[in-house]
Amino acid sequence: MAKDQQTTIPVSIDELVARTAQMKTEGFRLVQIGCTKIGDDFEINYVFDKDYVMTNLRITVKQDTMIPSVSSVYFGAFVYENEIHDLYGITVSGINIDFGGKFYRTTIKQPFSVTVTKEDTSCQNK
Amino acid sequence: MSKQITVPFGPQHPVLPEPIHLDLVLEDERVVDAIPSIGYVHRGLEKLVEKREYPEYIYVAERICGICSYIHSNTYAQGIEKIMNIEVPERAQYLRTIWSEYSRLHSHLLWLGLFADSMGFESVFMNAWKLREHILDDLEVTTGGRVIQGVCKVGGVRRDITPEKLDEMVKGLKGMEPALHDLVNVFLKDSSVSHRLRGVGTLQKGDAYTLGAVGPTARGSGIGIDIRETGYAAYGKINFKPVVEHDGDCYARCAVRAKELFTSIDIIEQCVKKIPEGPVEIKVTGAPDGEYFARAEQPRGEVVHYIKGNGKRNLVRHRVRTPTFTNLPPLVTLLKGCELADVPVIVLSIDPCVGCAER
Repeated sequence: MAKDQQTTIPVSIDELVARTAQMKTEGFRLVQIGCTKIGDDFEINYVFDKDYVMTNLRITVKQDTMIPSVSSVYFGAFVYENEIHDLYGITVSGINIDFGGKFYRTTIKQPFSVTVTKEDTSCQNK
Repeated sequence: MSKQITVPFGPQHPVLPEPIHLDLVLEDERVVDAIPSIGYVHRGLEKLVEKREYPEYIYVAERICGICSYIHSNTYAQGIEKIMNIEVPERAQYLRTIWSEYSRLHSHLLWLGLFADSMGFESVFMNAWKLREHILDDLEVTTGGRVIQGVCKVGGVRRDITPEKLDEMVKGLKGMEPALHDLVNVFLKDSSVSHRLRGVGTLQKGDAYTLGAVGPTARGSGIGIDIRETGYAAYGKINFKPVVEHDGDCYARCAVRAKELFTSIDIIEQCVKKIPEGPVEIKVTGAPDGEYFARAEQPRGEVVHYIKGNGKRNLVRHRVRTPTFTNLPPLVTLLKGCELADVPVIVLSIDPCVGCAER
């Protein structure tokens, strides 16, 4: 996989939109935006690709942090930002198509914001 | 300005094999806006990494989709192997490539049948699915499963294929090639098909790139993105060129998939010629500690499996970005300005897999 290089760059929330715009100017495409719960924090990865080289801008936030939308830069970001809001409960401000929490119709609200430990065996096959 | 009305499209619609909803805002017969809604089949499979240990979670990863099932398990295994620095035996890499291309063949033939059926072209539907049976039979004989193969594992593959069977598979594929050519020619050279698809749902190259289009949706607009070029599995040892069309319309996207059928057969033939002898798996111990964005080229385009582990048997995160999910924004753009009657063919031209998209 020699051509598949990956770099992760931590960025602050304040510089997120500007850095994203810079990626677009440099000819990167938006591959995905994904969230990971690490303890009480949430890592959000903005992944870009150009010529099979991946660059990942990473912000780390709390659940009550409001993060700016990058959908004004990459129109397609709205699907990821609505997903992050619905599954993790993180508010994203200024999404171009905001579903207001109805993108995923889950019975349990923000189901991915809670970590289920291995000791909880209620759903495991016995 | 004409009065605007909103027409719901889906989640149940004759051309949709899976549920997705579109609010189509119309002025007369013209679509001026399209708002997609998903969430009808969201299963939250990624959350199961907290309950399933990483070697057994591959069964869950494979069940994300019933069409590209094999490639999901392959991509997941690649991610874990990269984090753990596992060198998979070369023979296993070739076998993975062969099964990946069989998955592409059966997916494209499935799509061709459904697409032709949506236009009332029943004979293409029947012949495409008849040929697909041959592909599924080979998958079943070599892996044990037609839909869910369960043959990929972290560290290699569970089954080998004998040299005799590999030769037989190539002979079978070469034998069906004339029928495949006839099928594709009948479809792509038909004047009704051409009239129905050319100039409809056009996605410009620049828009396709910035909107995040992948797979045949991107390649139909002149963007030669094909993750197989990164050389994962045995693709680095195979000569092939991504199929690219430049018109960006429904016809171009169809033509890309049709021509990719022959690329897949060629790749399988090359693999069978080059596959070395040797083991097909190695023993894996320990647990992944690190993170990696594993990518592969599914029939619908680039799939990304983000895997993060902390040295324990349960992963911290498995996040899957499927090609249909990233092809939704281009779909919204494609629909703006089209006629209401063209919506079904435009939607099917991106070959949506909703189960995959929602996970």
